[in-house]
Amino acid sequence: METIVRFFSLQDPNVRYVVLGMLLLSVSTAVIGTFSLLRKKALAGDAVSHAVLPGVCLSFLISGQKEIWSLMAGAFVSGLLSLWCVQYISKHSKLKEDASIGIVLSVFFGLGVVLLTFIQHQGNASQSGLDAFLFGKAAVLMPSDVWVMSIVAVVMLFMVYAFYKEFTLFSFDPGFAQSIGLPVQRLEYILTALMVMSIVMGIQTVGVVLMSAMLITPAAIARFWTNQLFRMLILSVVFSMIASVAGAYISFLAPNMPTGPWIVVVLSGMALLSFLVAPQRGIVWKWWQARILKRKTAEENVLKAMYQLGEKENSFQETYTLEDIFSRRAYATVYTSRILQRLHHQGYVIWEQGEAQLTAEGIRKGSLITRRHRLWETYLTQVVNIAPDHVHDDAESMEHLITEELEKKLLEQLKDPSLDPHQSEIPPIN
Amino acid sequence: MITHVENPVVEVHDLTVSYHKKPVLWGVDFTLPQGALVGILGPNGAGKSTLIKTIMGLIPHSSGFSKLFGKELSEVRNRVSYVPQRESVDWDFPASAYDVVLMGRYGKLGLFNRPRKADKEMAMNCLEKVGMADFAHRQIAQLSGGQQQRVFLARALAQDADLYFMDEPFAGVDASTEAILMDILKSMVTRGKTVAVVHHDLQSVKEYFSWVLLLNMRLVASGKTEEVFQEELLQRTFGGKLTLLSKMSELVHKNEFPVRES
Repeated sequence: METIVRFFSLQDPNVRYVVLGMLLLSVSTAVIGTFSLLRKKALAGDAVSHAVLPGVCLSFLISGQKEIWSLMAGAFVSGLLSLWCVQYISKHSKLKEDASIGIVLSVFFGLGVVLLTFIQHQGNASQSGLDAFLFGKAAVLMPSDVWVMSIVAVVMLFMVYAFYKEFTLFSFDPGFAQSIGLPVQRLEYILTALMVMSIVMGIQTVGVVLMSAMLITPAAIARFWTNQLFRMLILSVVFSMIASVAGAYISFLAPNMPTGPWIVVVLSGMALLSFLVAPQRGIVWKWWQARILKRKTAEENVLKAMYQLGEKENSFQETYTLEDIFSRRAYATVYTSRILQRLHHQGYVIWEQGEAQLTAEGIRKGSLITRRHRLWETYLTQVVNIAPDHVHDDAESMEHLITEELEKKLLEQLKDPSLDPHQSEIPPIN
Repeated sequence: MITHVENPVVEVHDLTVSYHKKPVLWGVDFTLPQGALVGILGPNGAGKSTLIKTIMGLIPHSSGFSKLFGKELSEVRNRVSYVPQRESVDWDFPASAYDVVLMGRYGKLGLFNRPRKADKEMAMNCLEKVGMADFAHRQIAQLSGGQQQRVFLARALAQDADLYFMDEPFAGVDASTEAILMDILKSMVTRGKTVAVVHHDLQSVKEYFSWVLLLNMRLVASGKTEEVFQEELLQRTFGGKLTLLSKMSELVHKNEFPVRES
């Protein structure tokens, strides 16, 4: 409890720097990551984040100290170099882009680890903490780092603000963008440079191994929740902020815990949750929709069965027992009494003491389903030329899906038919 | 059989184009008159899309030149509109139909400027013209193929250009949508615009187009539909590739040989 207060009250200046740094990082990576995701450059981001390691190590070897600007410059150069290698290989060899990304990523990262091991065995005192570059350590953030991060974040946000419409169009339809005279080559360079910059910014706190998750996952989560680019940008910033502050907090609680992996764990949790419950795209949502449809289908089937019983007796005022209803249906179900109860509440049926009777609304609905069923059968036989004995099953499910508009079109095209292919009367609209 | 015209809107001269180091168009030479509704016809792999992409500067060419309104493309970009193939973009992009149509105004806006009220009204108008006003705020992935194609046409209309190049605007479109699109193209042409369309269906050519380009790696014919759209020329266009020309292309590709010495 005490640590929660200490962390979130931001009284401790160290904590302040860490939180501020993580927030700045979140904004930059989430914004540029959204464009990387939309441009399908997620893998390239992964390559870059691994490939900055040798750059960091080399610049430390040259300068002999852990100075943020030179480390970032080294990281930036080797990140860009890796992308250039990816392009060169996929252009001038038989390898496709995914293969060349795999090669470049592992070669650069391997080289980086070799250099890092070499540095650690050198016995240079100032190297301590350099290994945090692998998995990140938010606690290492110094005021000077945070200054650098805020400059980068401001540059990043300004660029995205200034080129918002160009970036959007270029990401969606590069061919069209070029045709109206946008400098697509330059936009590509700018977006790539910004991506590398945001990755470089996060290597201290998140680490090179998992930095690409910071870039891509928030945007991927945001995509679950919105269909609008601007909202997607805002949401991915928010998700990224939550995850990175949570990651920093956990590594603050347990100083041996690296920050990067925890951020990724939190992000992945949010991604999983979105995958489950997001509206329209989440599987819970889809399951719920399917359930609603299934219920509706079952209810309509009962109404149809009762209507067709009435048809046989030329009177829709009769009452029926469960057995009567079962006799008209292909399958009997124990749920039928529950369905009748629901229909009773909806006002389609009067269901009392084991006997059911259609109300006026119920008759109307029953005839509607029957009409759509028989119209579809007629359509399939007359227009699609399917044999009459093959159309029933199809109509059984289509009757629940046909909309008013489609029904109108069917009636129009079939010229208000009175009989279906099985010589049953098609109930008219009343 | 190539008919040339005075004061052409499009002039293509000795255009040779390679794609992935393989020549796909050889020495193409034609002119198009203003107000023509042009059908660009040819079998698969004939270089139809390549031709309009090259004219739009999306693909570099090995030789020759193309001029629009007698000028370089860069001088007249605002008067030219390009409609890419529908499959060339990812329709799962987080944008609405309206957002996409508004992109048609970006060329006139310049850097830093946001769309103004007039641009937004224009975008809405264009959606109305293609009968998509009710779908303006639908996410584009939720639209049918024909509706997506209509959104692309609306974006082109929003550009308010004088010359349009369209890459298979009728692909994956049902008959009624095709009729709607065709009406719009015809009304554009009567207002003096020039429209060139990559097209597949030979049945409808006579009814749709006033001018026809027959293409199969080289230009077979260019001229008024009634003069060009005839058995013998069609046979030459669609009756198999020129084996020697294809073989040469393969050779150039294999040896990474520059198609023009430079």
